[in-house]
Amino acid sequence: MLITLWLIVTITFFLMHSVPGSPFDRDGKEANATVIQNMMEHYGLDKPVAVQYLMYLKSLVTLDLGPSIAHYPDSVNSMIDRGFPVSLSLGMIALVFAIICGIALGTVAALRQNGLLDSFAMIFAVIGITVPNFVVATMLIKYVAVEWKLLPVATWGTWKHMILPALALSTGPLAIIARLTRANMVEVLTQDYIETARAKGLAPATIVFKHALRNAVLPVVTLLGALIANILTGSFVIEKIFAIPGMGKYFVDGINNRDYAVIMGTTVFYSALLIIMMFLVDIAYGLIDPRIKLHKKGA
Amino acid sequence: MQVPDHLFVPMPKQAGNAEAIVRPRQTFWQAAWHNLTKNKLAMLGLIIIVLLALLATFGPYLTDQSYTKQDLLHANEKPSSVHWFGTDELGRDVYARILYGARISLFIGLMAALIDFVIGIIYGGISGYFGGRVDNVMMRIVDILYGIPYLLVVILLMVVMGPGLLTIIVALSATGWIGMARMVRGQVLQLKSSEYVLASRTLGARPAHIIRRHLLPNALGVIIVQVTFSVPSAIFAEAFLSFLGLGIQPPRASWGVMANDGLPTILSGHWWRLFYPAFFISLTMLAFNMLGDGLQNTFNPKQRR
Amino acid sequence: MNQPKNDTKAGQPLLEVKDLHVTFTTFGGEVKAVRGVDLTLRAGETLAIVGESGCGKSVTARSLMRLLPERTARITSGSIKLKGRELTGLSEKQLRQLRGSEISMIFQDAMTALNPTITIGEQIIEGILRHQKVSRTEARRQAVEMLELVGISHPQTRLKQYLHEFSGGMRQRIMIAIALVCKPSVLIADEPTTALDVTIQAQILELFQMLQERTGVSIIIITHDLGVVAKIADRVNVMYAGRVVESGPVGEVFHRPQHPYTLGLLASMPRLDSDRTIPLRPIPGTPPDLFAPPPGCAFAARCSRAMAVCGTYPPERTEPSPGHTVTCWLQDPRAQAVRPESQPVGTAGRPAI
Repeated sequence: MLITLWLIVTITFFLMHSVPGSPFDRDGKEANATVIQNMMEHYGLDKPVAVQYLMYLKSLVTLDLGPSIAHYPDSVNSMIDRGFPVSLSLGMIALVFAIICGIALGTVAALRQNGLLDSFAMIFAVIGITVPNFVVATMLIKYVAVEWKLLPVATWGTWKHMILPALALSTGPLAIIARLTRANMVEVLTQDYIETARAKGLAPATIVFKHALRNAVLPVVTLLGALIANILTGSFVIEKIFAIPGMGKYFVDGINNRDYAVIMGTTVFYSALLIIMMFLVDIAYGLIDPRIKLHKKGA
Repeated sequence: MQVPDHLFVPMPKQAGNAEAIVRPRQTFWQAAWHNLTKNKLAMLGLIIIVLLALLATFGPYLTDQSYTKQDLLHANEKPSSVHWFGTDELGRDVYARILYGARISLFIGLMAALIDFVIGIIYGGISGYFGGRVDNVMMRIVDILYGIPYLLVVILLMVVMGPGLLTIIVALSATGWIGMARMVRGQVLQLKSSEYVLASRTLGARPAHIIRRHLLPNALGVIIVQVTFSVPSAIFAEAFLSFLGLGIQPPRASWGVMANDGLPTILSGHWWRLFYPAFFISLTMLAFNMLGDGLQNTFNPKQRR
Repeated sequence: MNQPKNDTKAGQPLLEVKDLHVTFTTFGGEVKAVRGVDLTLRAGETLAIVGESGCGKSVTARSLMRLLPERTARITSGSIKLKGRELTGLSEKQLRQLRGSEISMIFQDAMTALNPTITIGEQIIEGILRHQKVSRTEARRQAVEMLELVGISHPQTRLKQYLHEFSGGMRQRIMIAIALVCKPSVLIADEPTTALDVTIQAQILELFQMLQERTGVSIIIITHDLGVVAKIADRVNVMYAGRVVESGPVGEVFHRPQHPYTLGLLASMPRLDSDRTIPLRPIPGTPPDLFAPPPGCAFAARCSRAMAVCGTYPPERTEPSPGHTVTCWLQDPRAQAVRPESQPVGTAGRPAI
């Protein structure tokens, strides 16, 4: 885990420093040479790359992700302080929504296999997978917010502001979860232990919820890491469209301004976040599936 | 029941062999193809893909409009008999741009998938075939790389290398091959320990024979499925990069760039600006997904996505 | 298998199946899997159903509990009576009352037939709670008792464990415990020993016998292993292509088989006491296509002694000795004259093809 993180930091650092020119080269702007010199000294950019690298690593150990260059004296840390809570709540709402609705949709589709509801659910899932989320977001804004005026168009604040972006952000993961749940559920329902449960005289609802659902949903947990990554990158797009002041917006602004310090800092932060998430998902899977627990105990 | 007495005689011997094999012999690929043609959705997907490919190849001959010609007098025009899909804010013909964008988008998707495929097969194949320490070292590296969020790396690479057709492909394949390599290696390992390979080895088959007759045909099915799914995800990723302003630069246009350009105009009512590119992205995604699902069912029905 | 059992301990008919027909609707058309099966299970006895794969024995068993897939399978006609109560017309809800409490079933492979992610204790207890108005503590106590009965040591700790923590034989014992915990009167065992090692097989069969003595449960055992039949069954039904072709007390059927198919089954089974120079005789050919079953006897195409009548008219059931029924044209007096291969009925020998 730490090796991966170190690798990311290193790749990021050297990629950023391999860009020709300095961050202070601005198109059309003739900056004063001494000013640039001072700035370079201030950020330590005049030192050899190896020294800069060590400096950067040192500051990372103290959880300092470095300054912003375009928005001096703003630092990456303060951007995270401001943006991350917003992104986190948006992402969590989207994730929870996607999980609950995806599992429900997939289960219903599997129970009504090849029925009308199944077709409907799967068409919805296909749309969710094939339509880019910026298109979904734009559609939602156009119809729900602009034409029907049901919800605010953009920005962040009340719970009403959260609905549309969370919805747009969750369509992709929701569709993936629904498809996976359906496929697993269909398979689980043909398993012998479902027949055993029926032979005990259990009610269909008990069979579905107690015996089938748990086993059908287990594989979804393994996918959770990828889904979190999906939501994270999705949030860049969604936050920009809805003008939400989250991490994604800072990151995208950083890209547009070629603010390498910000790109570097946020990338490292995101990577660390994702790696920790993946790790947590692994642990969670071990807790949920009794078979894994034994395996680890034995190993 | 009245049964006639004269029937109580030994049954006359019937001609023909009851155990004759009725069905004609099919090779693995014939069977796979036969199975696939029965899957209507997969065939539909295949047909759409072929049509899109034809469109991308011969597209520019299908219209007399130029994809770069600006005509500010006819900016943001609705679809008409002249401009089938309307025009954009610079008066460029959206239909011509879609056709041209098909080239770029499909090219990106196919190239990225192809590079993934080549690197993945070589890396995963070597790792899986040799096993042991080679495998350990090679997979350690891949495991570490796998932990890196791939779109972040792609963004990073794009920022560094600058936007462009080539850089997009390089950035996408720089991260895409890892998944392929892992899968190929898993397949090879699994097949290597399978009993029919063991049987073949017991019969004295040479490694080349085993690779050609057993490993390749059996692993290829799964690999083809993976490739089919990696084409649309590359196209999707390109659309995403376009959104961040890291996509193809004008005057060239991919569907992703066009959709992104069309986003703000939807509020002004120029729906065709967003609709057509988004429609083609979705159609391509859909077609590849349908084909991929069909191939998945054909080659490894047990493993579902 | 040389010690024939007689049916002295058999009592009143507990379960009676008459002329059962089951049809599956598939993409290829209608499969007539069960075509007029009659079964009688008396209280306290063990009835075996034997036959090749696909002969309809499992479908028959599942239709007794109405466990067939609802969408594709249909009981087209016939009657199933349990203690005089007709089961074919019951609603799904009434059936659920019955399943587990009156009729229970155990399956071939406990590894797949038990839920891997729920503790085995919970899987036993949920059945008790479903059918009895008892507290959880009481259900737990019963579960422990049941596990002890089927021979699992430390039942208290074992309750909290999962399937993968048990060996193959133990898993089968657990499944038996689950099936018997609500004291059903009928236990259907679908190939209960097929997936097990031979030594474990014997243990499980002995467990069946012990449990039958203790609880008085009647058992229907489905198998293709004639050794199993000889060991534990009182009576046997031989099925072929969706029909019962021969039925009777085990000793009677094994020692005086009448139907050529039963003969074939016995002849294809290796025996320790048989002369090794005589090769085993497999039955040639494969069972008929049940999409379009032949009009006459389904076995006719594979039968070395088939007569012209067998291909066109379905044979009728005859009773050569009390309790022993056979459905074969060879039983017809007119067939006595037809002895093309000069093979006396009753020996295991069959002409080579």
